[in-house]
Amino acid sequence: MTDLLLSQIKVSGESQFGTDEYVVNLGPQHPATHGVLRLIVKLDGETVKETIPVLGYLHRSIEKICENRTYPQGITYTDRVDYVSAMSVNLAWALAAERLMGLEAPARANWLRMIFVELQRLASHLLWMGAFAGDIGALTPFLYGLRERERILDLFEMTCGQRLTYNYIRIGGVMIDILPEFVPKCRAFLDYFEPKIDEYEGLLTYNPIFLQRTKGVGVITPEMGINNGVCGPSLRGSGISCDVRKQQPYLYYDQVKFKECLETDGDCWSRYKVRMNELRESVSIIRQCLDRLEPGPIETKLPPVLKGPLGGEIYSRIESSRGEMGIYLVGDGTPKPYKSKFRCASFSNTYVLDQLTRGWKVADIMAVLGSLDMIVPEVDR
Amino acid sequence: MFTGENIVQTVVGLLHSLYGMVGLSSFQGILDPIVAAVVMFHFIAVFVMFLVWMERKVSAHMQSRIGPNRVGVFGLLQTLADAIKLTIKEDVKPVKRDKIPYYIAPIIAFVATFMGMVVIPFDKGMVVQDLNIGLLYIIAITSFTVIAILTAGWSSNNKFALLGGFRSAAQIVSYEVPLVLSLVPIIMITGKLSLGAIVAYQQQQGYWFVIPQAIAFLIFITSATAEANRAPFDIPEAESELIGGFHTEYSGVKFAMFFLGEYIAVVVSSAVASTVFLGGWLPFPFMGFLHLPGFVWFMAKLLLVIYLIMAFRWTFPRLRVDQLMDFGWKVLIPISIINILVTGFWILLVAKGA
Repeated sequence: MTDLLLSQIKVSGESQFGTDEYVVNLGPQHPATHGVLRLIVKLDGETVKETIPVLGYLHRSIEKICENRTYPQGITYTDRVDYVSAMSVNLAWALAAERLMGLEAPARANWLRMIFVELQRLASHLLWMGAFAGDIGALTPFLYGLRERERILDLFEMTCGQRLTYNYIRIGGVMIDILPEFVPKCRAFLDYFEPKIDEYEGLLTYNPIFLQRTKGVGVITPEMGINNGVCGPSLRGSGISCDVRKQQPYLYYDQVKFKECLETDGDCWSRYKVRMNELRESVSIIRQCLDRLEPGPIETKLPPVLKGPLGGEIYSRIESSRGEMGIYLVGDGTPKPYKSKFRCASFSNTYVLDQLTRGWKVADIMAVLGSLDMIVPEVDR
Repeated sequence: MFTGENIVQTVVGLLHSLYGMVGLSSFQGILDPIVAAVVMFHFIAVFVMFLVWMERKVSAHMQSRIGPNRVGVFGLLQTLADAIKLTIKEDVKPVKRDKIPYYIAPIIAFVATFMGMVVIPFDKGMVVQDLNIGLLYIIAITSFTVIAILTAGWSSNNKFALLGGFRSAAQIVSYEVPLVLSLVPIIMITGKLSLGAIVAYQQQQGYWFVIPQAIAFLIFITSATAEANRAPFDIPEAESELIGGFHTEYSGVKFAMFFLGEYIAVVVSSAVASTVFLGGWLPFPFMGFLHLPGFVWFMAKLLLVIYLIMAFRWTFPRLRVDQLMDFGWKVLIPISIINILVTGFWILLVAKGA
């Protein structure tokens, strides 16, 4: 990883109006909750000429570390890969390991996994909504989003004791069964939360200032999206159907009715609308899962030592809150994976940032960055 | 009856007898306005401290929080604590700054906005000086902030502060035009610039100017928020993500002066809005039977308008700089000019050249 010095960036000569370009650091420390993402921005006055993301400030060698940990130990590291959406990454690793070893989790475990992953999607999108609105300048929705997220985290804490890094979804099932009061509390939360989505939409969605800042800004055309590896809600905002839950259903997503949220314009507003609609869809999915929950075992019978088969390799993907989260595991007959690789949505989405912001103003960088829902630990791992 | 007029007469009477005791009766003409100005200064200084607390509480309750509640009852002494903190802060100054402008800029920002409060009538006769060019004086005074901002940006020896200062000055200058144009219909209707006379006109006609001139009121409030660099027009300030505003290189008391200057600008604009559009010290409709002194009604209206301006900040996203300028020049100015035209026609045709 080379550290780019500002002095190494070549600045082109004078533009047609005789103004000079200058290079500015949108430094690793940000006022918004994007984490330690560094952007080197070449500006001509107010207009952006080029955006160079410098990654690696949060690199923790998780993939390499996982080579020295057993498969169950790897789950604790997955929490830290995307700490805003930790359940999803837990699930990705658990599914990958199960597919590698030919295990199958029992039905109740799968329904529980679905409930928690969808609750996690709600929590992640609420935090995103707050951060996005805060980037645009509306400071209040952040607190509203966090207020609802706290209630979701209370549900998580009730189940596994943790509020951010759960380590709950294990290989072969889940860690522990839910308490009896979980189901009524979850239902109560969903009933309380669903009208709130309309409230937050009323505050932002058709606000003229918000529309001015996000409509037509950062348009990802379908071709640009596919060619640059954009995935998840960012690509669904351009009208491309790419939800892994629909294309390669895992757990019981094929038995649950939900819509894939698509918008056609591909601008920041469309991506915002996709995620707000996904909030509603997740609420509906959780309700259906709660209805279908049956008593039963929560973990399958596991061998005493989990060994990945020699020569076995698997790429297993799920739809996390940010897009396609894929885990590639290579087994070598030992309890530790030979190689693990995390394919994270935020990392793929970073590439398109430069093309989206060229020719736009500085304030639009924040709007586009917010709308792509980038979480830096996922980018750097 | 307990009215503002009675209070003013009593106090002035006491003051004159005080002059007599000390032997300064002949200097009455000079001392009276000075004493009034000093009283006004102290009142506004305390009021601004209250406003800072109010902003924090209002924003907190809008955001499902509580706000300051530790320092003093309901956190009322929080601003005092912040002021003490700012005064004992180290005064960090850039080495290559332009010394005299750097020192003067916050003073201009603070003093100029205070000067606007001189003509605001809190009650009938409760005004430091009811200049007969009152509105013109206020409009002229609010332009001083541009000088302060440009001076601050230039003298900081920081190209980003300079750019922030330019941007802020451009915003203030462009929003002064709709600010003034929204007041012109009122001047046309009443034929007077004195704020006391405008309130008297509203009393005589029986209804406040916000009813016929609602559009002008909205334009005035919008322009006033832009004048004070407040959200949703606070790109020069919130640009601290990339470029610091004009007050980047200021710390401690100097920064406090800019900060308080912004609040006083809000107070002055709200006071003008309450006086010109909302009837100043006149009682609320259907509440005149309460017989409260006029300044109670005035303070209520003032706080209402200030609350509105504060609510803007925590509700709306920020406008981008070019969208901000577009809005000022391409939307507000044409609407205010059309408003003037319509008012002119109304005066000519309906009110028969009143």
